[in-house]
Amino acid sequence: MRKLLLLTTVVLVGLVFIARLFYLQVYSSSGYDIFEDNAIKKEYNYPKRGYVYDRNGQLLVANQPSYDVMVIPREVAPMDSATIQEFCKLLKITEEEYDKKLRRATNYSPRLSSPFVQQLSKNDYAVLQEKMRKFEGFYIQKRSLRSYQTTIGANVLGDIGEVNRKIIADQPYYRLGDLIGKQGVEKTYEQTLRGVKGIKFIQKDRFNKNIGPYKDGIFDTLPKPGKDITLTIDAELQAYGELLMKHKRGGIIALDPSSGEILAMVSGPSYNPNLLVGRDRSRNFSKLYTDTIAKPLFDRGLQAQYPPGSPFKVINALIGLQEGVVNTNERFTCRMGYYYGSRRLTGCHHHRSPVAMNDGIAQSCNAYFVNVYRRIIDKYEDPGKGMNTWANHAKSFGLGNYLNNDLSVGSKGRIPDGDYYDRAYGDNRWGSTYIVSNAIGQGEVEATPIQLANMAAAIGNRGYYYTPHIIKNIEGETIDPKYTTPKYTTIDKQYFEPVVQGMFDVYNKGTAATLRVPGIDICGKTGTAENFVRIDSLKTQLTDHSIFVAFAPKENPKIAIAVFVENGYWGSRFAGRMASLMIEKYIKGHITRTDLERWILTHSLENEYAKPYSGEPFKINGETTLQVIDNYAIENSNQSNLKQ
Amino acid sequence: MLRENQRRFKFDWITIILFLLLVGFGYLNILSASHVGEVTNYFDTSELYGKQLIFIGLTFVLIVLILSFEAKFYERFASIIYLVAILALIGLFIFGKDVNGARSWYGIGSMTIQPSEFAKFATSLAVAKYISDLQTNMQTLKDQLRVTAIIFIPALLILLQNDAGSTIVYLAFFFVFYREGLQQVYLIIALSLIILAVLGLKFGIAVTAVIASIIILSTYFLRKKKRGSILQYIVVLVVSIGFSYGVKLFYEHGLKAHQQNRISLWLRLEKDPAKLEKMKKEEAYNLIQSEQAISSGSWTGKGFLQGTRTTGKFVPEQETDYIFSTVGEEWGFLGSSFVVILFVLLIIRILYLAESQKSQFSRVYGYGVASILFIHFTINTGMVMGLIPTVGIPLPFFSYGGSGLWGFTILLFIFIKLDSNKINEW
Repeated sequence: MRKLLLLTTVVLVGLVFIARLFYLQVYSSSGYDIFEDNAIKKEYNYPKRGYVYDRNGQLLVANQPSYDVMVIPREVAPMDSATIQEFCKLLKITEEEYDKKLRRATNYSPRLSSPFVQQLSKNDYAVLQEKMRKFEGFYIQKRSLRSYQTTIGANVLGDIGEVNRKIIADQPYYRLGDLIGKQGVEKTYEQTLRGVKGIKFIQKDRFNKNIGPYKDGIFDTLPKPGKDITLTIDAELQAYGELLMKHKRGGIIALDPSSGEILAMVSGPSYNPNLLVGRDRSRNFSKLYTDTIAKPLFDRGLQAQYPPGSPFKVINALIGLQEGVVNTNERFTCRMGYYYGSRRLTGCHHHRSPVAMNDGIAQSCNAYFVNVYRRIIDKYEDPGKGMNTWANHAKSFGLGNYLNNDLSVGSKGRIPDGDYYDRAYGDNRWGSTYIVSNAIGQGEVEATPIQLANMAAAIGNRGYYYTPHIIKNIEGETIDPKYTTPKYTTIDKQYFEPVVQGMFDVYNKGTAATLRVPGIDICGKTGTAENFVRIDSLKTQLTDHSIFVAFAPKENPKIAIAVFVENGYWGSRFAGRMASLMIEKYIKGHITRTDLERWILTHSLENEYAKPYSGEPFKINGETTLQVIDNYAIENSNQSNLKQ
Repeated sequence: MLRENQRRFKFDWITIILFLLLVGFGYLNILSASHVGEVTNYFDTSELYGKQLIFIGLTFVLIVLILSFEAKFYERFASIIYLVAILALIGLFIFGKDVNGARSWYGIGSMTIQPSEFAKFATSLAVAKYISDLQTNMQTLKDQLRVTAIIFIPALLILLQNDAGSTIVYLAFFFVFYREGLQQVYLIIALSLIILAVLGLKFGIAVTAVIASIIILSTYFLRKKKRGSILQYIVVLVVSIGFSYGVKLFYEHGLKAHQQNRISLWLRLEKDPAKLEKMKKEEAYNLIQSEQAISSGSWTGKGFLQGTRTTGKFVPEQETDYIFSTVGEEWGFLGSSFVVILFVLLIIRILYLAESQKSQFSRVYGYGVASILFIHFTINTGMVMGLIPTVGIPLPFFSYGGSGLWGFTILLFIFIKLDSNKINEW
């Protein structure tokens, strides 16, 4: 017994020690991570972020240096209150903020560096830099912020912002405080623009002094600069589009049909991209983000799904011809609408009757297209099959699904098929008369402005389109071949000519006759879409949306455009005018019809948008008067340089 | 002639191999902890690793010397060796040199010698000599007091030189006394005192008093036979509470601030987070750094000379008292467990050999060796991995330093010599 005391104690101590070692080294240690090792300093070298140019080589986005004060909480040496006071004064923060920030950083990780005070001004940086050694555990990280060379294109260019923890968890490349593209091309071309940051591992001693590269620098990397990109955007056209969209809500998308390149991508209301740079970014961002009425961050050109209205009629004309249910000469009667028996399924406006296809399009006759549409659906033994055939044709124009392109946001739109109505009404418990609204682009059909612009491009090309995209050129790279491969619609080429002619006649003798541009053959289609909102749970009708879809010139089109103005009342009133101005601006480079331009710039729809929120009863459509605004916008347009 | 040859090779090679492994592995870690940049000359005596290599070289000379004496020499001259050691300790008060506030060094030119490292084996010899005397009976109070005096003298001298850590080592002899017949009641008392001290500090006197009363009084009521007078129990209870209170008073007023902080950190006594933070910054810097270095080693460590915290000299005193953190960082769980196992095996081996001795002198001495190594190993390693409050004593055979290495080598090899002689002990 006496022999055993020391022996058992020794064995016991040995076991306890091994257990303790296991706890320290294996159980509670997550393995060695050099990024968590405060003996190794990580020095990041951020490369230049790629510049962004417009299609004509105009610089849109460059960089500016920025300095962040970073902290590694565990390395913060205790400071006396005078030192803390001095530090806070240099950083322009209060001592409470100092405590709060330090606590927050410690909560994130005592070992890893967190941003402490971001984006110091150059002057603050200069003063601070000399004294930085006094504040152990803090260091200055140089980064590069965006410097916008323009005030337009916020929705196109997007912005960069700090990575959040979710991004860090998903993509270990990013560390807290890094910047990443949040919207627009900054987001979609993040990898290209960002480059790869370089890193140096430096062995430190316990006095935080550098004692040389870690393992002779074998893990160190050099930064790879980001690549410059050229966008398909025409900055001048974009700026002009934004000017026209002032005081209106909606979207303008202009494409080059011969390549699918996006020439302009306007969303109204817009904002100055410079708002989202620097220390004010988060404040400005939340201001924009919380504006749930005007929704400036909502890209109406890409995301807003509207009923396309009359421009969709041309698709029905094309499908009708392809399916052989109508020819170009057949006439249909219109008695101010389409009658099914004695029931009027849809109304129409006043025009001569009966009409064949050309006038059907030019005069935008509802009855004509309901006839054509019903024949398409009823061609097949059951309406589901007819509806599916119809939907497949429509979808071949890029409608009803994501375009799958290089834009950071988008919407599917909607082209209903047989299943859709089977779900809505019950299997086969519906027929073509239930769904005639689709004939005139209302009802269940919805599309985004970019889809409509693409549709116009496909018609202008007589049967094919290129996926609309925004990248024109990446330094030293070829762009994705999916943007240079044409996509064909299911409509044969020969059926396009009469439809194109009809759209041409919209300008000649039809609904847009007043909007002709001398010297340019424009083909277009007006549209007017009814729309409703819920106010106090009552379905309330608002003034109709104004829609216009066009391409020009008629042969070998150079531009295809869709304009959507919310509550603009009728197609040619706002959207048509704006489309014709955009086309003239792009093709001629200047505006000859200054009175037309003036009209757009001096008329506002702000009153119209305020109505549903006024809490009072209001009038719509023809019973309203248009708001005229002062002419500051005109002065704007007279400035020779719209870009800055 | 044949018998002579056999005898010469009767040294216990298992012990010697364990010793060589420890010294060799220790050297590698000292090299790692002390080198700066590329090592160009392993014998560079201006560097610690160069010096240690020389110390190790001299160690082998020392070993040959120790083994060449007659085994009987150590028993016969035990008292004299002890006296010399005591004189050397006393001499420090006159000729000693202050290093870090402790007056425990002789300076000879650029060399320093720490006599307390040598006092351990001298005391072991003296204790062995006294206990193995036929007249001695460890059951008697007289002999118990005398043998305690033998260890008390060097312990006191060392304490007076401000080296509290080395003083604690002398508690190791309790194991020796117990093996040699000290009554069981001492073991119970010792354990009770430790528990009383810790309870008193951690939970306060009131809680301790309640717990002690419950245990002592229930013992009285549960014991039907021979339970004696209740007065005796009450006296024990009062003494217990008194002791606990005394410990607390000593903790609060008798200890130096840094010692107090170390115990406070160990028992987690400080509740105010701000004060705790301050205390940690002041007192636990070494400990935190050392634990971090060990943790960062994971399973297999970062590799020899690859420890980032070792290279960055994050752990102060890493080549001496904190050498085990280098093992932890560079050799990981596997390497540090290996070292723990080496020590455990060495101590068990010594105990096994001690029990097999025919002479009581050899057995007592062997027990002394095992106990001293055990205390050093437990306190040092336990401290470095944060299980025991900070006490500055070296890890045998591992820590940098000539006196330490030689002291332990002499301690161990005298026993190896004694052991090799056991066939002659008929």
